[in-house]
Amino acid sequence: MSTASTDTAMISTVSRARKPGLVSRYAADMAFMAFVALLMAFLYVPIWVLIIFSFNDSRTLTWPLSGFTLDWYGTLFSNQDLLAAIGNSFYVATSATILTLIVGIPAAMAINKFQFPGKALFRRLILLPITLPGIVTGISMLNMFRLFGFNLSLETVILGHATALLSVVVTQVYSRLQRLPRSLDEASADLGAKGWQTFLYVTLPNLKTAIIGAALLSFVLSFDEIPVTFFLTGRENTLPMYIYSTMRRGVTPEINAVGTLIVLASLVLIVISVIMSREANRSRQSL
Amino acid sequence: MASIIELNDIRKVYGGVIVGVDHVSMSVEDGEFVTLLGPSGCGKSTLLRMIGGFEQPTAGQIVLAGRDVTYEPPHKRDVNMVFQDYALFPHMTVGENISYGLRMMGLPRSETRSKAVEALDLVGLPEKIDQKPHELSGGQRQRIALARAIVRNPKVLLLDEPLSALDANLREQMQVELKHMHEKVGITFIMVTHDQTEALVMSDRVIVMEKGRVAQDGTPAELYDHPETPYVANFIGTTNFLPARVLSRDGGSVVVEAGGTRIIAEVGGALPEGEHIRIGIRPEKLHFAESGASGPGNTLEGRIEEQIYYGLGMRTVVRLAEGSTVLVDGLLPEAVARTTLPEIGSNVRLSIAPHNVRVFAAEN
Ligand SMILES: Nc1ncnc2c1ncn2[C@@H]1O[C@H](COP(=O)(O)OP(=O)(O)OP(=O)(O)O)[C@@H](O)[C@H]1O
Ligand SMILES: [Mg+2]
Repeated sequence: MSTASTDTAMISTVSRARKPGLVSRYAADMAFMAFVALLMAFLYVPIWVLIIFSFNDSRTLTWPLSGFTLDWYGTLFSNQDLLAAIGNSFYVATSATILTLIVGIPAAMAINKFQFPGKALFRRLILLPITLPGIVTGISMLNMFRLFGFNLSLETVILGHATALLSVVVTQVYSRLQRLPRSLDEASADLGAKGWQTFLYVTLPNLKTAIIGAALLSFVLSFDEIPVTFFLTGRENTLPMYIYSTMRRGVTPEINAVGTLIVLASLVLIVISVIMSREANRSRQSL
Repeated sequence: MASIIELNDIRKVYGGVIVGVDHVSMSVEDGEFVTLLGPSGCGKSTLLRMIGGFEQPTAGQIVLAGRDVTYEPPHKRDVNMVFQDYALFPHMTVGENISYGLRMMGLPRSETRSKAVEALDLVGLPEKIDQKPHELSGGQRQRIALARAIVRNPKVLLLDEPLSALDANLREQMQVELKHMHEKVGITFIMVTHDQTEALVMSDRVIVMEKGRVAQDGTPAELYDHPETPYVANFIGTTNFLPARVLSRDGGSVVVEAGGTRIIAEVGGALPEGEHIRIGIRPEKLHFAESGASGPGNTLEGRIEEQIYYGLGMRTVVRLAEGSTVLVDGLLPEAVARTTLPEIGSNVRLSIAPHNVRVFAAEN
């Protein structure tokens, strides 16, 4: 009780001492807030426009709004092409994510654990696709598939995405591995665990949040990927490709409705990843 | 007692050039507390890690309880390690950490839990069983790491600088606790440290290492009173070294010329006359001689140059007539005021008993 009152006393002395600068500081704060507000507006107004027009009962995207409707969501769910595209996108994004995790996690562990000749080169090569423009990845993989006589399909798209996303998984998992003390593995072996037991009981749980984060990111990146998909897809289309093709005839309110749903799904993913990283931070304090 | 672990001519070379450990042989008896002591980079950790199975020797053999384990992986060796950073699994509770090694042995969960509780009682932290490592203090984590290692009842417990992450007070307390723990559980302890006090306080036997080799191996008292090399004499405690020349020898003692005077030292072994050597004298074995009195011991003359008060006693820097300086440590007698001690600048005579003079080869 008494400490609390001395604390407040001290705080008031401090603020009194600073009083001359208070007005100018207030102004600076206001300016900063205004700047942040502008920035937020620039980032988010388009999204709000999209969401609002998805509920507007006019086919044309013109101001003012004419009335509220859920029709566009209705037509969306009766548009077979659109539904197929959404299904394809989920299929591609899920498969590409799983594939890239299966390859990426062991790759990251190998880079972290073993010393081998050409290791630096190997690391660069794995990280390269992230710096390559999608067009280059797309064209080169197209050439490769042609060469091997593969037919283009959603599966070739999956391979393309998995290749492009490998670097995402490897970087995330590798950076977590680097922060894990090597002594954890040794302690596990010391306590009688075989290699696979150490991986299952010690390494994997400590990588969990990094893996989930990488998976979410891979999923999202694959879900709205266009350039690689453009070169590698066969007859079926993913959602972004479908949207892109219908957009040439103008933005339709259905597209706005799809966009709104995607925003909603992204929000959910963001919340999940924030919760995950918070958990990761908490357990990392112990290291 | 039988030896529980034996190292035969162990050598470890990194990348073909860096010699980590060089021709080390040693044997540890069952139930012993042995400490590997040496400065940074002398190969103590490397040696310990080879016993644990985390590194493989380039040459040599490791025998654990009569079985050659030189190339066995860690999980097949009946030794456990307390890591310098404790290496507690951050995602597991204290109880799960301690049970981990038991689960790997295939014990059922009910049993691992009760054994974990026992181990926690042993280290005095029974109430922490459901907490995560990051909720514990450094000293508590240390104890959990210890509990996790001894719960498996290994043949040998390895400790790599177990106390180095603790602050000075806690470290002293844990030294005693670890020693008691060793007595209680009866497991062989092999500890690594670069702290000579820690080594002397805790161990039955200390192995002093120098550049990958064993410099000397003995009980704390042997190492302190009879260091075989200047390196050991200097690493354990402090030693005044004086260059000397052998004048004559007579049975069990030699007469040398050092510090501008003749000094008698009791030594075994051959020392040719005229040989240049070094003598070593512990600062606390030097005494201020009563003026005028000439005892049976050796006497050195000099002038007091500096006095350093450190509470328990006084360290005096004395410049000898011939130019070199020696340190003299003395406890301050209770009733003596500091003013009755010789003052800076005054001439003093120091005495040293012949059996407290060590003889070493000359510096080259
Ligand atoms: N993985 C390694 N690769 C190359 N050299 C190594 C490796 N590990 C240790 N060394 C070298 O071996 C020597 C002994 O190292 P070690 O870690 O055993 O020393 P230490 O006595 O434990 O020192 P410290 O007190 O600093 O821990 C050092 O010269 C070190 O540079
Ligand atoms: Mg070390």
